[in-house]
Amino acid sequence: MTDPGQPAAGQHFRYIGTHRRTREDPRFVMGRGRYAADVHLPGMKHVALVASPYPSARIVSIDARSALALPGVVAVLTGEELAQHTDFLYVGVDAPGVKRYPLAVDVVRYAGEWVAAVVADSRALAEDAAELVDVVYESLPFVIDPEVAVRADAPSVHAAHPSNVLYRRKFVWGEVDKSFAQAAHQLECRVRWGRSSTVPIETFAVLAQWSAGTEILDIWASIQMPKYPDQTARALRLPGNAVRVHFDVDVGGSYGVKRGIKHTVLAGYLARKLGVPVRLIEDRLENMRGGDMQGPDRIFDVALAFDDRGVVQAMRIRALDDVGAYAGRSPLQLGKPVGAICGPYRIRHVEYEPCSVMTNKTPQEAVRGFGQAPTNYAIETAMDRMARQLGIDRIEVRRRNLIGRDEFPYLIPSGTHYDSGDYEAVLDKALAQAGHEELVRRRDAARAQGRLAGIGIATCLEPSGGNSSFEVLFNPKNETTTWMEASLVRVDLSGSITAVMNTSSSGQGHETLVSTVVGEVLEREPSSIRVIHADSLNALPSNSPVGSRMAIMLGGAAAGAARRIRASLMAIAAHNLELPLEALEYVGGEVRVTGDPDRSMSWDQLVEIAHRKFHRMPAGLEPGLQASFVWEVPTGGGLPTPDGRIQMYPCHSFETHVVYLEIDRDTGKPQIHRYVCGHDCGVMISPDIVHGMTFGGIAHGIGAALYEKFAFSEEGQLLAGTFMDYLIPSAHEVPSMSIVDHCTPSPLTTFGQKGSGEAGYLGGPAAIASAINDALAPLSESIDELPMTHEALWLRSRPGRGPSAAGHPVPR
Amino acid sequence: MSDRTGERLHEVSLVVNGQARSGACTARTSLVDFLRETLRLTGTHVGCEHGICGACSVMLDDRPVRSCLMFAVQAAGHRITTVEGLANPDGSMSVLQDSFCEAHGLQCGYCTPGMLIAAQALLDRNVQPTEFEIRDAIGGNLCRCTGYQQIVDAVRLASARLAGGAGQPATAADASPAAPAA
Repeated sequence: MTDPGQPAAGQHFRYIGTHRRTREDPRFVMGRGRYAADVHLPGMKHVALVASPYPSARIVSIDARSALALPGVVAVLTGEELAQHTDFLYVGVDAPGVKRYPLAVDVVRYAGEWVAAVVADSRALAEDAAELVDVVYESLPFVIDPEVAVRADAPSVHAAHPSNVLYRRKFVWGEVDKSFAQAAHQLECRVRWGRSSTVPIETFAVLAQWSAGTEILDIWASIQMPKYPDQTARALRLPGNAVRVHFDVDVGGSYGVKRGIKHTVLAGYLARKLGVPVRLIEDRLENMRGGDMQGPDRIFDVALAFDDRGVVQAMRIRALDDVGAYAGRSPLQLGKPVGAICGPYRIRHVEYEPCSVMTNKTPQEAVRGFGQAPTNYAIETAMDRMARQLGIDRIEVRRRNLIGRDEFPYLIPSGTHYDSGDYEAVLDKALAQAGHEELVRRRDAARAQGRLAGIGIATCLEPSGGNSSFEVLFNPKNETTTWMEASLVRVDLSGSITAVMNTSSSGQGHETLVSTVVGEVLEREPSSIRVIHADSLNALPSNSPVGSRMAIMLGGAAAGAARRIRASLMAIAAHNLELPLEALEYVGGEVRVTGDPDRSMSWDQLVEIAHRKFHRMPAGLEPGLQASFVWEVPTGGGLPTPDGRIQMYPCHSFETHVVYLEIDRDTGKPQIHRYVCGHDCGVMISPDIVHGMTFGGIAHGIGAALYEKFAFSEEGQLLAGTFMDYLIPSAHEVPSMSIVDHCTPSPLTTFGQKGSGEAGYLGGPAAIASAINDALAPLSESIDELPMTHEALWLRSRPGRGPSAAGHPVPR
Repeated sequence: MSDRTGERLHEVSLVVNGQARSGACTARTSLVDFLRETLRLTGTHVGCEHGICGACSVMLDDRPVRSCLMFAVQAAGHRITTVEGLANPDGSMSVLQDSFCEAHGLQCGYCTPGMLIAAQALLDRNVQPTEFEIRDAIGGNLCRCTGYQQIVDAVRLASARLAGGAGQPATAADASPAAPAA
């Protein structure tokens, strides 16, 4: 048969794109979900952590005698012991001197780093005992400011690494210097993206059990991580087939960050050593301080070269990213934006200089969009500045630069082809939905009354399809060129359909996705199709739900497997009806003779032949009616050119945000009065799920833009370790929102779908920042740093209060 | 009575979801740990353990409370309703639970038990709330998936069904085609 993954042309759908309930929701609303913390094993023990109070110190001694004397305490583990028996954790770039173990060895590198683990009969007892562990430290010099950390004379975070710089490279794609030299106009601006994260309501949890009889380590974890079983086995010096991760646990949100590899290695080691099940559940402070899940923390310097009309000819972006004290995949978050480095704009010459630097802060982890949302914020801020400098409307300058609908596939300077799009149509729809002209009148009327009102606009890309090309781009020793996904579909003797996926889900509705596409292909009711999560020992190759990839990759894999089932059913029918395939048609699960509706074979007949009647099977067809399909990312497989050009992700969704807000002059509080997102992610398999994730992404963007920050003191202490300091938007801060859909199918995917799991978040912060600065413009004030806190807004919202009044230069 | 570490245990008796339940716990055991670990009612979730996120919300004598901020011994003799107790007597989904499914008022499901408790408490005292009243009622419950929009929609839908007497839930079969996108 033909390639099961190839796109089908001119499709009409019976289930895809319809309003349907999910397969997952009933168990959740009934209180019958099964999260990692709900798994209860007899005799299990509980872990509490001893954390460093210093941002940088030598561990002089650890005395656990008092802790061990407490009744109910089973063990105290130190980093020294753990490092002897495990291998260091994976680093995404070529930095062999940057070694990380679950517990600190000899030195601590951030306040909150785990120094020892206490195991006890209950979590409460473990916490009591953790307080009794006596650690003597000798404080060492530390560095908190990333701009200081890059200097040659800065205190070293890892003495075995040549400097604090983990990765730095200047990419030049096109004639950048020449374009700047010849341009009629230029601008430069500096913007800062604050350290925030996705902060799921469920903290990370892991339960590990070693079975001496089978020599298998069983893991139940709230995980969303590529290669998690492999990395766990490697660090624990176990063969891959000795680690069994149970992916059938529900994960209480992740949006990128649930990468608890250090937690897992720690719990796995303890479970094996002690011979009892060991559970580690972060409390909220551990999660925020020592959970290693903080997000990008970036300073951008952006320069644009442009003509009188605001057409951008070249762009330079320098990005300094503070990844904290250790590096997993965090430096790679500067790599993904290479695949959309010019945004949705026709910018032909681009220079990009990413620099990943370590400081004595909590490490950074993957966050929704993998670095694209900060980059979009930087690009969009520069576009607004250019409009203001030229006195041209912000929407008009975007129109003059947007890639046209007839220019796809469009090759950007850094080597990625954008698959499809109609950016101006989405922009127009969003403006119409928002009532933009009325909003302008409303803003101007508010200003005339002395209020601070602003309109924000952002037009941004959402790369999707979750390839991992940034690995080969940022690490020449890494040759990962496949990021496959797979599914298995089987029809049992009763005729029921079961589909298998190979990772856990954290709210993305994958069971609904798979049942919908399998139902679509086999023309069977999706709500009757069961979707199960394999464990890692019987799973097919998979790379987990990252990079907005599952609608494309898992959807494509499941559809491909279902197409193979359908082809088998057709072959069985052709053999038994003694007719060529061309004379038959597949309708709703039965096979009919075209033009002769009385001659057909039913679903039940075909299934029974496949399961019981080998004598009626065509030669060469396996009995049993199951099929799998492993799909490589479309456009994947390439290595970078010497100048760093590479196809990053395959598909490119697009979003336009339009925001209207006002700032209360007395309190600095911004109130969002209208929020519209125009969105094109191709064919939506489940529109309700797409909309839900987009609404959630916008809310997350509101948090990043206005509220959320992992602030650190100059002494290196985390100042936002609780939800009283780290402010997550509630239903009061998040307004009623409106999404307007557009559909430009992707030519690369099975049904024309693109990814959307990061939607909303990728353009939301840029649009809100645009609105805030529009509101402050009449005061000749602006803010160039996220989050734009109430205090910062209050300071700027009255003459005589702002930084300009205090004699400080106003950032432009 | 004490556990094997010598910490004194207290027998706590209370009514959970209409059933008399009891168990032994230390004085410092929070209500949520008692529900989850002692009674094995894991539908109620732990999010922050400092009273902000609302994931652990349960009803105490019909009023929503944070079960992470209460000791189990304080709940002795009281009536507790958890998410497991919201269903109809025959085990089918309540109007509110069904409305959450219909309106896609959840994604990962982790904040959902607390949201349902907060919303049910609202509808119990005000069957036709305004949008502001809905947002106010769930304002102490954090959600990272939905942006609250479809949660508000779900509560509105439940309100309309309850106020209109149309308590019968829609079924999965009534899937309606979405409007063509382009």
